Amino acid sequence: MYSDKVMDHFTNPRNVGEINNADAVGQVGNAKCGDIMKMYLKIEDDVIVDVRFKTFGCGSAIATSSMATELIKGKTVKEALNLTNKAVAEALDGLPPVKMHCSVLAEQAVKAAIYEYAKENDLYFEELEGFDPDDDHDHHDDIQEEY
Amino acid sequence: MKKVYMDYAATTPVKKEVLDEMMPYYTTHFGNPSSIHSFGRETRKAVDQARDRIAKTLGTKSDEIFFTGGGTESDNWAIKGVAYALKNKGNHIITTKVEHHAVLHTCQHLEKEGFEVTYLEVDEYGLINLEDLKKAIKDETILITIMYANNEIGTVQPIKEIGKIAKDNKIIFHSDAVQAYGSFPINVDELGLDLVSISAHKIYGPKGIGALYARRGTKIFPMIHGGAQERRRRAGTENIAGIVGFGKAAELANENIEAHNKKIITLRDQLINTLMEKIPYSKLNGHPTKRLPGNANISFEFIEGEALLLSLDMVGIAGSSGSACTSGSLDPSHVLMAIGLSHEIAHGSLRLTVGDFTTTEEVDYVIEQLPKIVDRLRQMSPLYEGVKGGNNNV
Repeated sequence: MYSDKVMDHFTNPRNVGEINNADAVGQVGNAKCGDIMKMYLKIEDDVIVDVRFKTFGCGSAIATSSMATELIKGKTVKEALNLTNKAVAEALDGLPPVKMHCSVLAEQAVKAAIYEYAKENDLYFEELEGFDPDDDHDHHDDIQEEY
Repeated sequence: MKKVYMDYAATTPVKKEVLDEMMPYYTTHFGNPSSIHSFGRETRKAVDQARDRIAKTLGTKSDEIFFTGGGTESDNWAIKGVAYALKNKGNHIITTKVEHHAVLHTCQHLEKEGFEVTYLEVDEYGLINLEDLKKAIKDETILITIMYANNEIGTVQPIKEIGKIAKDNKIIFHSDAVQAYGSFPINVDELGLDLVSISAHKIYGPKGIGALYARRGTKIFPMIHGGAQERRRRAGTENIAGIVGFGKAAELANENIEAHNKKIITLRDQLINTLMEKIPYSKLNGHPTKRLPGNANISFEFIEGEALLLSLDMVGIAGSSGSACTSGSLDPSHVLMAIGLSHEIAHGSLRLTVGDFTTTEEVDYVIEQLPKIVDRLRQMSPLYEGVKGGNNNV
């Protein structure tokens, strides 16, 4: 049911762990739904120089977290904010429809971390307009209409 | 790669001696048992023999056994069949919150048709309370349907006591015994059962064949209309090879149940005890002793079941989980919710079921692999931060 790429990122996840002196930490999801993603960012001169994650969740939750970290590492903060869940899913050669919400969570985890970073450093990003990291809305529902 | 099958509750392989008996009924003995000629008579005889064999295992008569397309059909038929037959007498059905979906969804369907259903609560082990059952009974109650043993957590209900309560109140008692059949000797008279659902593929028989035991005189509507097969109660040309295989499998499963269980229970307990000891923050789901001989169901905190299953599969181990992510639904298993587990603990459940071909070496292999897998996933889990090194089982 999963692509080889998903299985690869699940088996050998990239950038797992924590960053002790992270410039930003974001966490999304909840245990009730069965998935939580925590994203740690190290940012220097507006560039994400290091990124780590921790995820409680299914195989695709772990794989999407891993892929999201790969996609934003070395990118500018603004570039990272433009990461979409579709891009994460596509980079993994697709996800089963019922697992698309995991890619949404990955996108939100990146945004949540940068949201914290912006708050700390008094920065404004239009991409974060209307974004609420504590929004406990059911991310599963977002995707229902897509299949 | 080593392959270890620990999902016997999902399905079992067909035993060779079962398949050997089935094979001629696909090729040389192919007649339609409804036909009058020798070809038909030959398969008619085979169906009769299989029916006799199954009747014997339930301590009953052959004309009370009706072949169906499997456990789900038997459950549907028993419940809808009684509901429709007795709807002028009453519209109330009693069941539990931990039934298989074949029962739950059938009851929910009947609710839409105007029937009233009471879903009994269970305790932390998955057992119903007999007083709750007594209190739920009313004049309109026409059916009590309670599973013999739970497919997920293995808990065995007090069937004999339930049977007595049903009898005292003159209410029909149906039990989904799909998981229990072959693991416990079932005598329908001693247990007070009026309807029993059983299935072949859980006892080393083929898939797509099951049966419903229906006590003589039990009012039940036919669900599939057509020819006169199964004494006009379940039309359609019989699945002869399947029926023959079911008969053989039933006979094998009910030989020496006790000695057989002893072996399976030893393997199960070795699995449960060692895993619980080796893996901190783990919890056994279901009753410690009143459980199916082959069922181990353990929740591992801080991790999610599907990730666990995928990891196990990569080292060749086949198990199952009550996590939402394995079912495509958003909530974890209704059974794990009913026994009061929190969502996060329910998400981390793993069911391993051992069976006739399980070896001590296989159990050892799982015991060697699983702790490493749980640890790897916990190291990745944000929920595990700050609790590392703990060793108190919850």
